[in-house]
Amino acid sequence: MKNSKRTEKIAFFFLFLATLLIVIPVGLIIVIIIQKGIPAINWQFLSDMPRQGMRAGGIFPAIIGTIYLVLGSIFFALPIGLLAAIYLSEYSKDNFLTRIIKLAIVNLAGVPSVVYGLFGLALFVVFFKFGASILSGSLTLGIMILPIIITSSREALESVPNSFREVSLSLGASKWQTIRYIVLPNAIPGILTGTILGLGRAAGETAPILFTVAAFYLPRLPKSIFDQAMALPYHLYVISTQVPNVDEKIRYGTALVLLVLVLFMNLVAIIIRYQFRKKKKW
Amino acid sequence: MRKLKEFVIEKLILFCGLASILIVIVIFIFLLKEGLSLFNTISPLKFLFGKSWYPISEPAQFGILPLILGSLLVTVGAAIISIPIGVACAIYIAEVAPLKIKEILKAGIEMLAAIPSVVLGFIGMVTLVPWVKTLFNLPTGLTALSGSIMLAFMAMPTIVSIAEDALYSVPKTYKEGALALGATRWQAIWRVMLPAASSGILAAIMLGIGRVIGETMAVMMITGNSAILPHSILQPVRTLTATIAAEMGEAVVGSEHYFALFAIGIVLFLISFAINVTADMFLHKKQ
Repeated sequence: MKNSKRTEKIAFFFLFLATLLIVIPVGLIIVIIIQKGIPAINWQFLSDMPRQGMRAGGIFPAIIGTIYLVLGSIFFALPIGLLAAIYLSEYSKDNFLTRIIKLAIVNLAGVPSVVYGLFGLALFVVFFKFGASILSGSLTLGIMILPIIITSSREALESVPNSFREVSLSLGASKWQTIRYIVLPNAIPGILTGTILGLGRAAGETAPILFTVAAFYLPRLPKSIFDQAMALPYHLYVISTQVPNVDEKIRYGTALVLLVLVLFMNLVAIIIRYQFRKKKKW
Repeated sequence: MRKLKEFVIEKLILFCGLASILIVIVIFIFLLKEGLSLFNTISPLKFLFGKSWYPISEPAQFGILPLILGSLLVTVGAAIISIPIGVACAIYIAEVAPLKIKEILKAGIEMLAAIPSVVLGFIGMVTLVPWVKTLFNLPTGLTALSGSIMLAFMAMPTIVSIAEDALYSVPKTYKEGALALGATRWQAIWRVMLPAASSGILAAIMLGIGRVIGETMAVMMITGNSAILPHSILQPVRTLTATIAAEMGEAVVGSEHYFALFAIGIVLFLISFAINVTADMFLHKKQ
C-alpha cells in the first residue's frame, strides 16, 4: 500500500511536469513577443504605409487587408454555416446522410490549410477568374472556417432544451417560427463564440491567402474586392524570411499586432462562453 | 404566402446542410482536375518514388520521395515529443488538477491553439533555430529537429483537448468502483480510466498528427527547405506542404510545375482524409 502511494506521487509529479512543459513555453512565447514588440508599437507604426521596401514605416495596409479578409470570410461563412447547423440540429434525422454530412465536416476541418490555398487558386482565382483578390481570399478563408462555425453553432442550438421547442409548437407556431423566435435567440451566445473563434482563425492563417489574395508589397489601400491586399500574417512571413535586413523591432512589432488581434478575439469568445454558462437559465 | 416562405427557407436550410459534402467533393475534383494533368507526362510511380525534385531545371524532375520523407521525419519527431507530453497533460487536466487550475489550463491550451502558425514560425526562427545550431554545433539551425519541436507545440492543443474530452466522458462509476476497491487514484487512472478512454485518446493522437502533416507556414520557416533525401534529423528538410507554399507563387498556371504542385495537394488531401475518417471511426466506437 505504501508502495503504490509512492508510485502515485511520482506519476502525478510527471503529469504535472508534462503540463509545465506545455504551459511554460507558451507563456515564454507570449512574453517574448510582448516584450520585444512593444517598443515598435506607436501610432505611426499602426497608421502608416510601409516604406523603404518594408524596412521602415508602418503596417497599416496589412492591418486593413486582414480586417477586410476577416469580414469577407465571415460574410460568406456565417450564413451558410448557421443554416447548416440549423439543418443538423433541427431537421436532420439519425441516418446515413447525416452521418456523411458530419464526416464531411470533420474532413473539412482537417484539410491542410495549404490545400485550401490550392483549391482557392484553382476555383476562385483561375476558374471563376476573380484573380488574386480580396474576393478570392475571403471565399477561401470562408470555406476554411466553415467547419468551426457549423460545429459550434450546432452545439449551441442543441443545448437549447427540447421543452422550449415543444411549448412553442404546442402554441401553434410553425417549425420555422419556433426556430426563428425561440431556438435561435437562446443559442446566440454560443453562435457568437463560434463566429469569433472562426474570425480569429481567419485572421491568423497564411497558407490559404498565399496565392489567392496576398500582395508582397502594396503600399496603398485596396480599392475594391477585386484588388489584391496585404495581410498581417503574410506580411510577417515576408519581412521575416523574404526581405533581408529588416529591423528586428518591426518584425516583433508585426508579430505582436497579429498575436494581440488573434488572442483578443479568442479571449472575447472565452468570456462570452463563460458568462453564458454562468447565466444559463436552464 | 407564409407557407411558401417557409418552404423556401427550409429548402435553403437543407441545401446548406448538404453544402459540406458538396465542398469536400468540389475541393477533391478541382485538385484532381489540375493535378492529374501531370500524369500525362510522368508516371505516378515516378512521381511518388522519384528521388529528385528539380521542378525548374531542364529537364525538370518531379519525384516527391524527398518531400514525403521530409514530412515523415518532421512528423515522427513531432509525434515523439507531443504524444507523451500531450496525453500526460490531458490526464493531469482531466483527473489531477484542482478545478480552478483546470479552467486556467484549459484556457491556456486554447490560447496555444489560437497562436497563428506564422507567429510560431517566427518565434521559432529567432529563438529555437539559433539554440539548435549552437547546441549541436551545426552549420545551420534550420533543421528537421527544429521543425519537429515547433510542430509538437501545434499538435499538443489538439491532443490535449480531445484526449481530455475522452477521459471526461468515461462514466464516473468506473473510477468510483476502482477507488472503492481500494485502488489509489493513480491506479484507477492507469488501469481503468486510460483503457476505457483509449479509443478517444487514439483519435486525439491521430488528429494531432494530422495537424502536423498539414502544417505549412511554421515548417516552411524553420526546416530549411532543402528538397534532398534526408539522412538525419539534424539536416534541413522540406515537407510536402512547404513545397506547395514556397513554389506555387512562381509556378506558371498550366505548366507542368503547377500541375505537380496540385498533385502534391492530392497526396496531402488523401492523407488528411484517411486520418480524419479513421479518427472519426475511433471516436464513434467510443459512443
